[in-house]
Amino acid sequence: MMGELILILVSAMLVTNFTLFYFLGLCPFMGVSGKVGTALRMGLANIFVMTITSLVASFLNIYVLPHAPYLRIISFIVVIASLVQIVEMVIKKVSPALFRELGIFLPLITTNCAILGLAVFQTGRGYTFVDGLFYALGAGAGVTLALVLMASLREQTELSDVPAVARNMGLVLILAGTLSLAFMGFSGLFTS
Amino acid sequence: MRETTAHQDFFRGVWKENPVLVQLLGLCPALAVTNTVLNSLAMAGATLFVLLGSSLFVSLLKSLIPNEVRISTYILIIATFVTIVDMALHALAPAVYGELGAFIALIVVNCMILGRQEAFASKRPVGRALLDALGSGAGFTIALLMMGTFREILGSGTLLQGTPWVFNLFGPNYEPWVIMISPPGGFFTLGFILLFMGWREEKKAKKREIRHWAHSLQATARKEAA
Repeated sequence: MMGELILILVSAMLVTNFTLFYFLGLCPFMGVSGKVGTALRMGLANIFVMTITSLVASFLNIYVLPHAPYLRIISFIVVIASLVQIVEMVIKKVSPALFRELGIFLPLITTNCAILGLAVFQTGRGYTFVDGLFYALGAGAGVTLALVLMASLREQTELSDVPAVARNMGLVLILAGTLSLAFMGFSGLFTS
Repeated sequence: MRETTAHQDFFRGVWKENPVLVQLLGLCPALAVTNTVLNSLAMAGATLFVLLGSSLFVSLLKSLIPNEVRISTYILIIATFVTIVDMALHALAPAVYGELGAFIALIVVNCMILGRQEAFASKRPVGRALLDALGSGAGFTIALLMMGTFREILGSGTLLQGTPWVFNLFGPNYEPWVIMISPPGGFFTLGFILLFMGWREEKKAKKREIRHWAHSLQATARKEAA
């Protein structure tokens, strides 16, 4: 049982990395991967929202969707967006310091494909409540890892002599491709 | 907001402000499902339908939607159309649906669609909103087809795989670049396209600069002669 959960976590983090394998959440990946500190905070906010999302999705899967399967997409997006909004308000009230760290990223993340993707994939694979939680943690950790790696690479290229042609997003995408190539190596991690 | 002609409304999205290649919006589907031409076409068609439908409704209902909850309303409208596409594809083309899978549901969070509603459809009459949606949808389709063609030709050595009109381009001895149809290939393909566009842009800028310089030289020569 425990082994299976670890497997879900590690494979969501490394093998089917949300950013580098499924291309989910590319907007923040391109947008806020300029500095390692920002990238790390964005990643942590992602883990946080993903965990909430997973809980909500499990709840909806058990209580709502069996009765109204056509509401899948609408209910996911609406419930997740409003819940994150509520959580944001609570954090703002309870812990202003944490809000300053994560706050600006929360609304950005909510309509991010990685979040909805998590809910949809989790439903598609028929994960239970606990499975889903581990899946969310793994996916969030994977997104954080990709963001931090990308930010460190970009900090390096900042100082190097890059040809003018590559100063747009082209270089970032090539870097991302190389990272993705490296992560493909992890698919040998599990042989079934 | 500046007035634009109908012609501008349509063609802006097609190339000059292409959602994927210039604005870098809607990258997830552009990278994730463009491993064959057929998948690219299906994704582009689904997105175009959602974009047209939601632009129509947002433009029709713009006077009824309260400003404070406009984004949520747009998302609800978009999600409704995505549900329609999701169920229609599931029923009509199960093979394609199996390939695209969850990415159809993820059209909801394609920032390109929400962007068009917020920037355009919510402020303009229905006809113009539809034209703009058609233009942006066409631009999205062009970008996806570019990626899909490139990736399928190199990655499988075929064209239009999965349809009855499949071409086998290089014969049986072709060793396919498997990397092109796997995830890194998506990043590399878009990266190369963007590098190419940057290169063209820079050449154009240089040409402009030289022309400008020549003009100013002529002007000073004329002034001195006078």
